[in-house]
Amino acid sequence: MVEVFNKLADYFQNVPAVRYAFIVGILIALCASLLGVTLVLKRFSFIGDGLSHVAFGAMAVAAVVGLTDNMLLIMPVTIICAVLLLATGKNSKIKGDASVAMISVGALAIGYLLMNKFPVSGSGNVAGDVCSTLFGSTSILSLTETDVWVTIILSLIVLVLFVLFYNKIFSVTFDEDFARATGTKAGLYNLIIAIIIAVIIVLAMNVVGSLLISALIIFPALSAMRVFKSFRSVTVCAACVSVFCASTGIIISIIDGTPVGSTIVAVDIAVFVVFWIIGLIKGGVKR
Amino acid sequence: MAQLTCDSVTLGYEGKEILTDLSFSVSQGDYLCIVGENGSGKSTLMKTILGLHSPMKGTITTGDGLKPTEIGYLPQQTLVQRDFPASVREIVISGFQGKCGIRPFYSKEEKRQAAENMKKMRIEDLAKRCYRELSGGQQQRVLLARALCATQKMLLLDEPVAGLDPKVTAEMYSLINELHSEGITIIMISHDIEAAMRYATHVLHIGKDVFFGSKESFKRGMFMDGFSFNKKGGERNG
Ligand SMILES: Nc1ncnc2c1ncn2[C@@H]1O[C@H](COP(=O)(O)OP(=O)(O)OP(=O)(O)O)[C@@H](O)[C@H]1O
Ligand SMILES: [Mg+2]
Repeated sequence: MVEVFNKLADYFQNVPAVRYAFIVGILIALCASLLGVTLVLKRFSFIGDGLSHVAFGAMAVAAVVGLTDNMLLIMPVTIICAVLLLATGKNSKIKGDASVAMISVGALAIGYLLMNKFPVSGSGNVAGDVCSTLFGSTSILSLTETDVWVTIILSLIVLVLFVLFYNKIFSVTFDEDFARATGTKAGLYNLIIAIIIAVIIVLAMNVVGSLLISALIIFPALSAMRVFKSFRSVTVCAACVSVFCASTGIIISIIDGTPVGSTIVAVDIAVFVVFWIIGLIKGGVKR
Repeated sequence: MAQLTCDSVTLGYEGKEILTDLSFSVSQGDYLCIVGENGSGKSTLMKTILGLHSPMKGTITTGDGLKPTEIGYLPQQTLVQRDFPASVREIVISGFQGKCGIRPFYSKEEKRQAAENMKKMRIEDLAKRCYRELSGGQQQRVLLARALCATQKMLLLDEPVAGLDPKVTAEMYSLINELHSEGITIIMISHDIEAAMRYATHVLHIGKDVFFGSKESFKRGMFMDGFSFNKKGGERNG
């Protein structure tokens, strides 16, 4: 055990990439978990999934076009899609479902097609490229200092927005009709939620890759909901769980050389099972 | 001047009319009971009054110092998801959200009023409890306390006693009656004609036969020929 810690401390002091990975991983996990509660409760979980595929498609396009900074394309495209999907309102629910599926699968297919047709890295290893974009297998240890700063700034913005809009997000999530009828600008807040989610997804792509983002958003919220019963305690617990899982996942992946994204998600699943059992014990036989 | 006026309103969904040419008005201090068969459009009327749904024809206006967003309401079914984690206190205070504008947090005064409204609804002991673990009657009182945070002027209640046992029903009615005697205008949808007769000052019957008028004239009509009113029948006394 001591050896492991020494090894970690050593990495932490001498390898900047490891430091970056920790900072970025923890910040992103924190942001992702905050809106998870809202997404799960509004039955919007699938939108996170759809958006991450859009981000993947945009990334492929950016790479093919030869943009030096991918973010410039990925961010606006994902935000626009998020607004379109989330702001169409709940009345067109069925149509909404179908359009999410359409956009998400479409973006995935086009993205893969482009990556195949115009290989980027010059390594000729298309399968490897695709794999790392989808599962984020290596990119977290190849973060540059700029990446880290961008992540820090954007995460801070997301955190501040979340705290400022916390009460409004609660109202709009709990009972949108009541909020609207009593004068809350539900449309505006849905828009803000959509934009925050898009930003989080683009950020998270660096860590877990686009296929696993939903897991980062949804698992901590689901775990917390097993045990806690008020909106605030669920939100706080989800944030803690998410940070814990992300740091544990990163540590394991550094020591064991496993892919970062899937390791974090595996830890998330394990924690979910633990919380689920705690919930069962606490709540007696309910459900 | 009336607080709420519906002027020849036609309600419907996607071009299909449900209710045509409905006119009535509600004044400060009224207790209006809306009755009618299942599917006659009571909940639709309520959503239209709240501005969640727009009328196909006609206008709904508020007056007498009542702003459209100052109408508190109790939904028919709690659209709230079964597994929503929220404490009673969090839900009650969210009634103030409409008044917050862009202010991010609730003020001390709002917190105090929320506590007072919980006391009024006799749910102060439940403040920390989880909403989804409460009984139906308790949940209704939580939502009523939230509605009270949103307004001190007018409450719309969509079948507030549906699914409650007789004892809890009586408690609910007396709570609503208390609010009415404090000067809050009540509009209540109900299938319980008897209760309507006991508490209401005015009755609106919608469906094939439309009636709007005072409770007394409704009673007279009811005893004379059952439920058959002429289409535009009903005068307004008071
Ligand atoms: N979202 C909707 N889209 C289309 N039609 C609807 C919608 N909601 C309700 N309706 C229809 O409008 C009619 C009136 O519905 P409404 O819910 O207003 O009835 P109600 O009087 O409240 O009935 P109940 O006593 O059962 O609550 C019904 O025929 C219903 O099928
Ligand atoms: Mg109804």
